[in-house]
Amino acid sequence: MTDFAIELDDLQVVYRVRGKDRQVLRGVSLAIERGESYGLVGESGCGKTTAAFAIMRSLPRNGRVLSGSIRVNGEDLLGMGQGEVRNLRATTLSMVYQNPGSALNPAIRIGPQLAEVFELMGVSKEDAAKRVHGMLEKVQISDPTRVMRRYPHQLSGGMQQRVVIAMALAKDPTLLILDEPTTGLDATVEAEVLDLIAALRQEFGTSVLFISHNLAVIAKMCERVGVLYAGRLVEEGVAGEVFRDPRHPYTVGLLRCIPRGGVRKDETPLDTIPGFLPPIGAEIQGCVFAPRCGLVRDICREEEPPLYPVGNGRTSRCHFHQEAHLLPRNAPAELVGTRPGNGGGPLLAVENAGKTYRQEGQEVHALSDVSLGIRPGEVLGLVGESGSGKTTLARVLLGLTAPDPGSQLELEGAPLAARVQQRSREQVRSLQVIFQNPDSALNRRFSVRRIIERALYKLRGLRGDERSRRARELASSVRFDESLLAVRPSQLSGGLKQRVAIARAFAGEPRIVLCDEPTSALDVSVQAAILNLLAELQSGEGVTYLFISHDLGVVRYISDRIAVLYLGHLLELGDAETVFSTPHHPYTEALLSAVPNIEGGERPRIRLEGEIPSAADPPSGCVFHTRCPRKIGPICEQEEPPLEEVEAGHFMRCHIPLEELRVLQAAPPAPRYQSKTTS
Amino acid sequence: MGRFLLKRLGLATITLFLLTVIVFFGSQVLPGDVARRILGPFADQRAVDALNHQLGTDRPLLTQYWDWVSHFFRGDLGTSLSYHAPVSDLVGNALVHSLKLAAFAFVLVVPLAVLGGVVAALKRDRPTDRIITLGGLSLTVVPEFVTGIMLILIFGLWLDVLPVSANAPDGSSVLTQMRYLVLPALTLVILLFGYIARITRAGTIEALDADYTRTAVLKGLPRRTVIFRHVLRNSLLPTIAVVATQTGYLIGGLVVIETLFNYPGMGRLIFTAANQKDFPLLASAVLIVGIGFLLATLLADIAYSLLNPRIRYAAAE
Amino acid sequence: MTVVQDPTAPITVPSAPDQAAIARRERLRFLRRSPTFLIGCALVGIWVICAIFGNLIAPHDPEFPDVLNKLVGPSGEHIFGTDRLGRDVLSRVIVGARSVLVIAPIATLLGTVLGTAIGLVTGYYRGLVDEATMRVVDAVLAIPLIITSLLAVVALGPSRVTLILVIGFVFAPIIAKTVRAAVLGEAQLEYVEAARLRNERGLYVMFAEILPNVMGPVIVEFTVRLGYAIFTIATLSFLGFGADPSIPDWGQDISQHYQFISGDVWWPVLFPSLAIATLIVGINLVADAIAQSFER
Repeated sequence: MTDFAIELDDLQVVYRVRGKDRQVLRGVSLAIERGESYGLVGESGCGKTTAAFAIMRSLPRNGRVLSGSIRVNGEDLLGMGQGEVRNLRATTLSMVYQNPGSALNPAIRIGPQLAEVFELMGVSKEDAAKRVHGMLEKVQISDPTRVMRRYPHQLSGGMQQRVVIAMALAKDPTLLILDEPTTGLDATVEAEVLDLIAALRQEFGTSVLFISHNLAVIAKMCERVGVLYAGRLVEEGVAGEVFRDPRHPYTVGLLRCIPRGGVRKDETPLDTIPGFLPPIGAEIQGCVFAPRCGLVRDICREEEPPLYPVGNGRTSRCHFHQEAHLLPRNAPAELVGTRPGNGGGPLLAVENAGKTYRQEGQEVHALSDVSLGIRPGEVLGLVGESGSGKTTLARVLLGLTAPDPGSQLELEGAPLAARVQQRSREQVRSLQVIFQNPDSALNRRFSVRRIIERALYKLRGLRGDERSRRARELASSVRFDESLLAVRPSQLSGGLKQRVAIARAFAGEPRIVLCDEPTSALDVSVQAAILNLLAELQSGEGVTYLFISHDLGVVRYISDRIAVLYLGHLLELGDAETVFSTPHHPYTEALLSAVPNIEGGERPRIRLEGEIPSAADPPSGCVFHTRCPRKIGPICEQEEPPLEEVEAGHFMRCHIPLEELRVLQAAPPAPRYQSKTTS
Repeated sequence: MGRFLLKRLGLATITLFLLTVIVFFGSQVLPGDVARRILGPFADQRAVDALNHQLGTDRPLLTQYWDWVSHFFRGDLGTSLSYHAPVSDLVGNALVHSLKLAAFAFVLVVPLAVLGGVVAALKRDRPTDRIITLGGLSLTVVPEFVTGIMLILIFGLWLDVLPVSANAPDGSSVLTQMRYLVLPALTLVILLFGYIARITRAGTIEALDADYTRTAVLKGLPRRTVIFRHVLRNSLLPTIAVVATQTGYLIGGLVVIETLFNYPGMGRLIFTAANQKDFPLLASAVLIVGIGFLLATLLADIAYSLLNPRIRYAAAE
Repeated sequence: MTVVQDPTAPITVPSAPDQAAIARRERLRFLRRSPTFLIGCALVGIWVICAIFGNLIAPHDPEFPDVLNKLVGPSGEHIFGTDRLGRDVLSRVIVGARSVLVIAPIATLLGTVLGTAIGLVTGYYRGLVDEATMRVVDAVLAIPLIITSLLAVVALGPSRVTLILVIGFVFAPIIAKTVRAAVLGEAQLEYVEAARLRNERGLYVMFAEILPNVMGPVIVEFTVRLGYAIFTIATLSFLGFGADPSIPDWGQDISQHYQFISGDVWWPVLFPSLAIATLIVGINLVADAIAQSFER
């Protein structure tokens, strides 16, 4: 008999909502061996977090296990009493979840919080302190004594997550559950944390259940993977094989939604999955995926498929799994639009934009000397981590925040006032925005019709019949069904809400639209549809985009040119392909190497030492020098490199000449220090 | 933390200044000419004018204001028009009485209400919770004189165990004094319990639902440790602010209770002064009450910043 | 055979039931079934009926002094006994509801309207306007409300209009603080910024965009303050500053008969007290139930 760390057998979990039982897990069975790392992947509402909490016996008040069993180390978990469960949590099971800042008690110092875990195991107070110190060293925190005396809010996000991981591994558990542990962390920090998890897993031999919506992260971290849809496991197998050769239409569709491998919008539009994710607890007959499947036949709607074995330990819950790869495309395969010409002046130009504001007595330099021009008809992607200033730049361009004196903004050659209230109606109409979070970007008390018509009225002065007509046209241009116009945003899914937001932005027939992380809050399958829509609108209306995102795959897919920001400084600007291939700025190089890609495969990882410096106290000279793996010497500390055009249309801020970079970046750099994270 | 406190102190000072302005100019609205009040309705107008001039009540308002404020903060509170005695004596006496009652009520209600709130939160939505919450709420909203009268009827009249007036005979021991204060203090406890308990309950529920509590539970800690070590520290912070605001009321707002129990506290002093149009007494008494409130809130802020690490230690990294 | 999906067909949603209407219906259903709400409504309902139909229901004329039966205890003829002038206490209690139930709602409405307007303006504009107004509000709130109302009534002379104005203005600062807090939360949401990006004027944003989203807290504040308004009115008339001494008034009756307690004459004091208590408790039960219904 195999030695399983944990086994789920036909687990069914329901939530009681407003008096009715809604089924979230519809019979999930999986098994994780000792030392194995298993990824559970799925979109929102699939039930992955519920599975995690069920294992920890920590379901919310209205949730309960309907039937099925969970065995930990062979013992029945669901039959245990409170005392045994507590014991299990203290010794065998650990969980790390998404927001590390809120997972730590803000009123207790780090040291005691960690020591608690050891004390529960019977360790004395002095020994506990020593072991806490040791554990913090293991998670690569360089000054454990100081950190132990700190409170959680005094640590950065990355460090908080390390502390939480230390707390989870301190008891040397059999199973470690990680629920979206790096979502919300910067790309470079995420890479560090993932590396850490992988290393610790090797050292401790812990089994890992890794839950995420991000397939690339799962591909990197997990040996096996299970795809969860509507509370059912639809496919399972070795991670690399499943992602290379998926055998379920949902997995196939999901993989086609993700922009990867350098695919760009003018080569192929992203494929999408038709229909909607089923609402939580919906009644489903037959195959859970049937309503959206391109291969659906009558039998699919009547009989739910069992898990068919497809060889090599893999399974797929599809009657027609052999044909999965023949799933027809949902979105058209035509090419989208043409690339913009290079002629003419920039549509939106910003010169020497700076923004400094005071916070608690310190001067925070959010933006420094950023100059760039956005050309008509292009998509300019803006990339950067937290503190890069991309949000500040967006707000300055929109006129929501006034930049420092000396900054100049120009729209179509005419000066643009610093505050939106001082701009002309024409200018306001021409420069619009799509926000990240569709829930808060739309007034939840207004109907969709009212939202769109108000924009038409204010931006174009339309009234009456003409306004209603134009509203309907806008709705259909974003593929928003007319029958839904009377509805309020709270009744719509995220994707539909975002379409309304897009319609609103386009109401005034803008020349340029600022897209601020427009797909970051959406599920993968929905993201693809929105990206396609944005690309289509862009080529159809000839609109220009400033596309801000932290997701490099998305930016690469949709952008013509790319600008890279770091700590308020523009470090690189050029055509998308040029920026994404060597030679490029050392920061861009590190950023690209930090992003996991779904093909797996080991790419040379460039580890950035240290944390992102604070914008209140930026480094002298080149802002990146404190972490730059290719720093050449004192000049990097003393002199800020000017923004130079190193080749046609390619600008960089680096002391290293282009040709030298080209040679250097053919091989990864030597590590600068011993693995060290400053505290 | 220093910055936070400095800012709070600055704001408090501005508020204090505004308070003096409001009190002064507010009391000017009270109808009644000062000299006329002293000399009576039959006095000769010339005499009235002369007295007004002598008292300085015919000077420009701003001058009078400055005069009053500067004297106030030097300790000279003026002379009462109705009692013909220094205001500071009258206020001092009343203040002592008020503080005694306030302290007694405070010491009773705060622990009781905090305990009630925490228990209600721990047994959320169960009968215990509903009783504490609704019961407390119902008692809180009843006007003090109604509660007071009920208590007087029950304990003072029908059961006859406690004295109806709050005034102990002169020279009584502390214990006897306390016995006389039981009924008014009890009235206050009933009045304030519901509100403080509700805020405590809300704070505790928020702490119970927080991620860090879940982390503590998932560590395998026993429930008691989770509550005492993790939850309570965070849940009691909002309560501090609420208790501070109630303090101001306890010092100066007890007009009704003092009237009912015949107790010479600040509330009754102010009431009498208003009725008598005794401007110097009125203004100074009200200002003292306001200052008491501001002090209480300032202390609460200090306590809050000491207890909340997020404010005590600025985010260093 | 593969099924071809029409790529150009708009993606439709199976008619999703109207979430907002469902929420409203569920709130009403919750209220209908909530014992708190029902008891509260019953209590308030009784007094509202008394206020409207008082003279028809009352067994005796509340003003008629039966000089032969002064301070007679509860009996068959006078269920609640008689007062110091021989008037029937029960009738006075019934008719006394009118005075309070006319003034309190109007005063609270005034305070709510004012307070909401101030809260909206300070919460939306922030900056100097906000800081200055909040300092003034803090200064005013440093003095206990009862003292402020008392002084104002003394200064202006008691009357219905005065009472309404005073209570309205005295409650406005507290309501403003609550509304301001809610507005601060809303104002940072992006739909407000989106409005700015349409060059919408401040008044529009505050009243057309933000206000509908803070109506929940406003309604809860109104119901809670209504209870306090009655509390304050009763207290003021107890202290001798009632609106109209010539009509039956609970607080006034209590204050006039309080001295007789030591003589074991409890009924002219107890019954008006119970009236006040039940009315206020009723209102607060309703307020609590409404607040709870929003929380779900």
